[in-house]
Amino acid sequence: MNVFWILLLPLAGILLPVLFARFGRTVSAWLTALMPALALGILLQHATEVFSGEVSVFSIPWVPLLGLNLSLHLDGLAFLFCLLILGIGLLIILYARYYLSESDNMALFYAYLLFFMSAMLGVVLSANLLQLWLFWELTSISSFLLISFWWHKSEARKGARMALTVTGAGGLALLGALLMIGHVAGTYELREILAMGDVLRNSEHYPVILTLFLLGAFTKSAQFPFQFWLPHAMAAPTPVSAYLHSATMVKAGVFLLARFYPVLADTEAWFVAVSLTGMATMLLGAYIALFKHDLKGLLAYSTVSHLGLITLLFGLGTRLAAVAAVFHIINHAVFKASLFMAAGIIDHESGTRDMRKLNGLWKYMPYTATLAMVAASSMAGVPLLNGFLSKEMLFTETLNQSTLGALSWWIPLLTTAGGAFAVAYSLRFMHDVFFNGEPIDLPKTPHEPPRYMRVPVEVLVVVCLLVGIFPHFMVGDLLAAASAAVLQADLPVFSLAIWHGFNFPLLMSALAVLGGLTLYINRRHLFGFQMQFADRDAKYMFEEQVQKLIARVTTLHKWLDNGSLQRSMFLLILLALVVSAAPLFDLLDAIGTHPQLPINWVVGFCAGLMVAATFVTLWWSHLRLVALIALSVVGLIVSIAFAYFSAPDLALTQLSVEVVTILLFLLALFFLPQKSPVIDSNLTTIVRDFSVAALFGSVIGTICYAMLTRPLDSISDYFVANSKSGGGGTNVVNVILVDFRGFDTLGEITVLGIAALGIYKLLAQILLYMPSADNKGYRWSKERHPFLLAVVSQSLLPLALLVSAYIFLRGHNMPGGGFIAGLITAIALIQQYVAHGVVWMKERMPINYLGLIASGLFIATLSGLGSWAFGRNFLTTWFDHYHLPLVGEFELASAMVFDFGVYLTVIGATLLILANLGKLTTSERLKAGDD
Amino acid sequence: MEFTFAMSVGVLTTAGIYLMLRAQTFPVILGLTLLSYAVNLFLFASGRLTVNGAAIVGHSQAYADPLPQALVLTAIVIGFAMTAFVLILAIRARSDLGNDHVDGRELPPERSAMEDALANRIEKNQARQNRSRKKPANHQQAQQNNVKRKPT
Amino acid sequence: MLQHLPVLPLLIPLLAGVLMLMPPIAGTLQRQRVFGTLAALLQLLATITLLWQVNQHGPIVYAMGEWQPPFGIVLVADRLATLMSVLTALLLLCVQLFSCAGEDQKGKFLHPLLMFQALGIQGAFLTGDLFNLFVFFEVLLIASYALLIHGGGPQKTLANVHYVTLNLAGSALFLFALGIMYGTFGTLNMADMQLRAAHIVKSDVQLAESGAMLLLVVFGLKSAMMPLHFWMPKAYSVAPAPVAALFAIMTKVGIYSLWRVHSTIFGDGAGELANIAQPWLWPLAWLTIVIGIIATLASKTLRELTANMVIVSVGSLLLMVTLNTREATASALYYLIHSTLATALMFLVAGLIVSQRGKAEDRFVQARPVAQPALLGLLFMLAALALIGMPPISGFIGKALMLKAALASHQAGWIWPPILLASLAALLMLARSGSTLFWRTRGENAGEVKVHPAQLTAVCLLVITLPLMVVFAGWITEYTQAAAQDMTRSLSVPLRIPGDTDA
Repeated sequence: MNVFWILLLPLAGILLPVLFARFGRTVSAWLTALMPALALGILLQHATEVFSGEVSVFSIPWVPLLGLNLSLHLDGLAFLFCLLILGIGLLIILYARYYLSESDNMALFYAYLLFFMSAMLGVVLSANLLQLWLFWELTSISSFLLISFWWHKSEARKGARMALTVTGAGGLALLGALLMIGHVAGTYELREILAMGDVLRNSEHYPVILTLFLLGAFTKSAQFPFQFWLPHAMAAPTPVSAYLHSATMVKAGVFLLARFYPVLADTEAWFVAVSLTGMATMLLGAYIALFKHDLKGLLAYSTVSHLGLITLLFGLGTRLAAVAAVFHIINHAVFKASLFMAAGIIDHESGTRDMRKLNGLWKYMPYTATLAMVAASSMAGVPLLNGFLSKEMLFTETLNQSTLGALSWWIPLLTTAGGAFAVAYSLRFMHDVFFNGEPIDLPKTPHEPPRYMRVPVEVLVVVCLLVGIFPHFMVGDLLAAASAAVLQADLPVFSLAIWHGFNFPLLMSALAVLGGLTLYINRRHLFGFQMQFADRDAKYMFEEQVQKLIARVTTLHKWLDNGSLQRSMFLLILLALVVSAAPLFDLLDAIGTHPQLPINWVVGFCAGLMVAATFVTLWWSHLRLVALIALSVVGLIVSIAFAYFSAPDLALTQLSVEVVTILLFLLALFFLPQKSPVIDSNLTTIVRDFSVAALFGSVIGTICYAMLTRPLDSISDYFVANSKSGGGGTNVVNVILVDFRGFDTLGEITVLGIAALGIYKLLAQILLYMPSADNKGYRWSKERHPFLLAVVSQSLLPLALLVSAYIFLRGHNMPGGGFIAGLITAIALIQQYVAHGVVWMKERMPINYLGLIASGLFIATLSGLGSWAFGRNFLTTWFDHYHLPLVGEFELASAMVFDFGVYLTVIGATLLILANLGKLTTSERLKAGDD
Repeated sequence: MEFTFAMSVGVLTTAGIYLMLRAQTFPVILGLTLLSYAVNLFLFASGRLTVNGAAIVGHSQAYADPLPQALVLTAIVIGFAMTAFVLILAIRARSDLGNDHVDGRELPPERSAMEDALANRIEKNQARQNRSRKKPANHQQAQQNNVKRKPT
Repeated sequence: MLQHLPVLPLLIPLLAGVLMLMPPIAGTLQRQRVFGTLAALLQLLATITLLWQVNQHGPIVYAMGEWQPPFGIVLVADRLATLMSVLTALLLLCVQLFSCAGEDQKGKFLHPLLMFQALGIQGAFLTGDLFNLFVFFEVLLIASYALLIHGGGPQKTLANVHYVTLNLAGSALFLFALGIMYGTFGTLNMADMQLRAAHIVKSDVQLAESGAMLLLVVFGLKSAMMPLHFWMPKAYSVAPAPVAALFAIMTKVGIYSLWRVHSTIFGDGAGELANIAQPWLWPLAWLTIVIGIIATLASKTLRELTANMVIVSVGSLLLMVTLNTREATASALYYLIHSTLATALMFLVAGLIVSQRGKAEDRFVQARPVAQPALLGLLFMLAALALIGMPPISGFIGKALMLKAALASHQAGWIWPPILLASLAALLMLARSGSTLFWRTRGENAGEVKVHPAQLTAVCLLVITLPLMVVFAGWITEYTQAAAQDMTRSLSVPLRIPGDTDA
């Protein structure tokens, strides 16, 4: 349980600085430090058990399907890293208190810092692969926030974005690797996997796993060729750099190498890939560091170089190398953190980080200078300092291994060269800044920093010395425990003595120091030599690349999606054609066994007429009125066809709908151009479109024919059988509509209603106005409402209403029903509009169409709900027969109420659409205000 | 008979699809309407063809399949709603985008009754002004007409 | 009332929508707002109860008018359907709240139309009848047509022209397909179809197959599957914020229907018709993601970016549909919930940003700072993390689940690259857009527009769900597994309802 708190406390601590921000900077600093301090305390309690080799594990299941559990473990390695993260973290908190200016939002900074700290702790404590990845990504996010803390600076934004993109990409690769590891191992629990090294190394997936894994680790640890993001993360406030680039962020990568060392190492691929990458990074970093004029830039590249060194050690394959790697992780964290903080102090107190201006600061800040120089010498690997020891171990290991076969002697050579450069840039850091003449026009006169700003540096430098002088006493157990965790095997014997006598490693160190000196003394020439190469800023190169990519993709996208409806429509039809035609190739013959009806000349003639009319519509579609007339002919024949093939209801419906539709078209034509410009008369397009259309048409025709000529056993006998008994009506179609499938009808009238609403919205914002003449320039007749028409239609109205009432009532038993009746009524009313005009109607028939629609839908729904009262399901119908004198036998059915709802909705919708469209030509039109 | 029916459906579909691939809203809507005829007939055909068999209990012995008829009826109504909507949408597009191209692209200006009417009104006004300056209005007319005809 | 539970998710929005058109509620906007919000709450309540019931006692079948299946229309509330139903209700509540902040003054009928939209979606999820599915598709479509032009403006009109025309063509195809289905199966009840599919007459097999393939096209169009996706980014990026947020679930309707029809009716048990869509779906799904990545990188505004990421999520889901293993479906379901909520959230946040950024709206250009950088920044960041699929928001679980499912069925080789690259593209674009929208500011003077409490509530509601999805991921995945498991059999349930004799 305790282990859990190590993670949880800093996580909970995130809120403290934000909540108590108003109590001043010092308070919030203390509060921020509180939680990590407690966590550190808990951690140290575990020291003894960890050193004795126990591993305390804490685990609760989370997402079984994914294999993601909330499980933590505290072994040597985790312990070591927790120590670094928390210890150095606390120092950073103290340091930041004095580094940040009044203008900075300190509370936010501390919140981000603790967020990042918790994420790091999560990474090192995770005992579940996916949970590890979770925290891994959190480090990327939180570091993004920290690096972009001064977001108003462009380079901060760019640097942060670059860091996020690179590490984020690595994170994805890592996710892949971890998922595959889990897949191969059959578990995502780290403790189990650590024991399954052979299984993984021998699996077919190993190469892929290794590649993805190393991509993840190397991007995070800024290994070549991904080293470019790290120096630009220096745009962050110095405390951030000091934390991220000494003990934490970049160390996460090498932590990963260490963590999976027992699982993935010990193969040729691993050694070659890791050692070469490490070597390249070490040399490159060391070389570039020498030429950086920016103090932090120098340190950044030296960090790159040292990370390379650690990676190299992990790649060397001997167990002692791994131990050395762990040791150097500790040392580097300590001296690099102190160096960054020293650099921060110098920057803070002198106002610049440019080493061409910074000279002879010794006079102004001797104390800080001393601290910085001790740390720097440790970085250079000077005896009696911790850096020296791990470097000695490195040299030793480079000598006795054979990764590169016969060429293995390269390794010690190159390593020594790297060492020489390290010495050189350390010298530069010391000599250029603190001696080497007088400072050159600094923004402010430098002086020692506030007392407590120095404390963190002092602490770390003291550690450097102590470890350097009493290594065994200081870090013996820690190193042993951590290395044991890394190796997951018995430790090799290693001695942390300062003096191993005169031996090769010592000679290499000496050579490195001498080389460094020579390099530094001849630096002028070197700089001159380096000048020849254009110094390209990775930040801009990266940005450039991204811009280029986006530009390219955008052009590609424009080409793919040119915003043409015709293209998308074409693709839709094409796809439909292809997929629906494909199966038909296996259809042996379209014609089936079902007996066919004989053809007679009437049908033949009608069909011919329809085809002709269709082609007229097609051919003269640009002469819109002609096309419209032809269209109505087609519609007419369709309804005749329905009538002929014994579907009277359909015939009636089709007919009435046809009338209304054509009316609509005519009104629409009034506002649309009356002729299409023949613009896509481009022949190829026409041929292409027509052939696709024809192909699809033929496919549909074929399927239709195949269907018609095949027998069908369907569920519909049931409807015929139960129509009278169960539905109380003899017109099966109508009974289906209002009863068996009444729910469909409810949906259908809802569609009608919604359409009316939509059309209302559309019409309310149309800015077209009444033309006073047609396109020939002939004025429309002023006498809008011919007297004769008025009289006739007025006398027709009652008749029409009577008819619709009749149609409605008989609907249940004979062809008819609410829908048709509704349309007839609507048409009759529309005719009144045509005959008398809107104003006249408004006075005599103030109908609220919306209300009509709503009440129609309401009634229909209620008639369905009524059945609930009798404990029956929605839309359950009821009917009974009554006998009245005079009237005689008649039937009442709840379905009729439903049908009445349909009736009202249809009237409302149709009138709302037609009347309002018609009103566009009058002063009664919907105003933009209505919408 | 079945063949004739199927063929008609095929032809309707072809015409419908072709028109839907045109570039102006009006032909597209015509296409939609034709297509919906085809669809309704097709759906109707899924119940096979019957003559003199209206599905009214007690009126005949061999009933036509009533279910597809009900479905087609629903389809017709929905189709009507959709056609109405898309028609008005076309008008709205004409008013918002200034032309009736489906992508709202600028086209050689083909005027609707409305615009011509406006043009006429302008002419009239000009004529009225010109009358005071003793200028023949019809001359103006001619010019206007030229302007109007040019693009087509 | 419990007996009628399955129909409530439909009746509540229907009645609410209708009542909002009638006095007294139609009278003032204020009444509509209150009433609408209450209705949305009620619906959420009903759906949650339903989910609980179903999870406890298995699928519920509700026969409309008590006509036994396969003859009457049935609602089938199984785990999958109710899950989607809850999701819809939650979304409706959020957008209803959000639109109370003034969006509803930009045009008439916003509240009723939102209700009808929800009605259509709920119906599509709950119905067990293929033709009824068509009807509800039309309901949700016509509602969306009307919603898309809310507020007016040329872009909306143009987008609507494309959207409407394509979908009308789609509806026509749907009807063709229905004709074929009825003409070969002789039934409309999906469960019945599933039963008949196994032993269908030899000579009808190919016909049924082309019918099924037409359905694939229809559902593909709904779910914005490439090459039928062109309408989607246009429509979604111009729609008003709350409408776009509600649309987030509409593409999922297509996916859902694919599961219902192609993984179930034409699933493994369909004899000669088993899994006929697979060979077509593989490449299309894969290309959908690729197109999505391209579109993502080419986006110029935040809303466009969000819409384009929908393409990616659709592609990923389609890949899972094609994988068609239980694990894949369970993973896809989790991801579906997540991506719907995340997309909706981002659309709402984009709406807020647009309202505060003046003329620059949400274009990725230097502009004046937003009035509430801290609040909007935080919201944006959360939404972004969700969309990229980065911890600690639910996205990473969904992504990892799908990758794992692909790995388990040995398809990782070609499923992984697009999904991983898509996340990378999303990361790249969202990092850039975020730093542009919030950090590359010109001048100090921000506008006066502030976030309205109603909007804040709506957004927070969505924001909260995401971490909750992480915390309760275990429970949710359990549920989705169960849903995936009875997806195959639940359809045959409606044929075994009490008092049923014929079937």
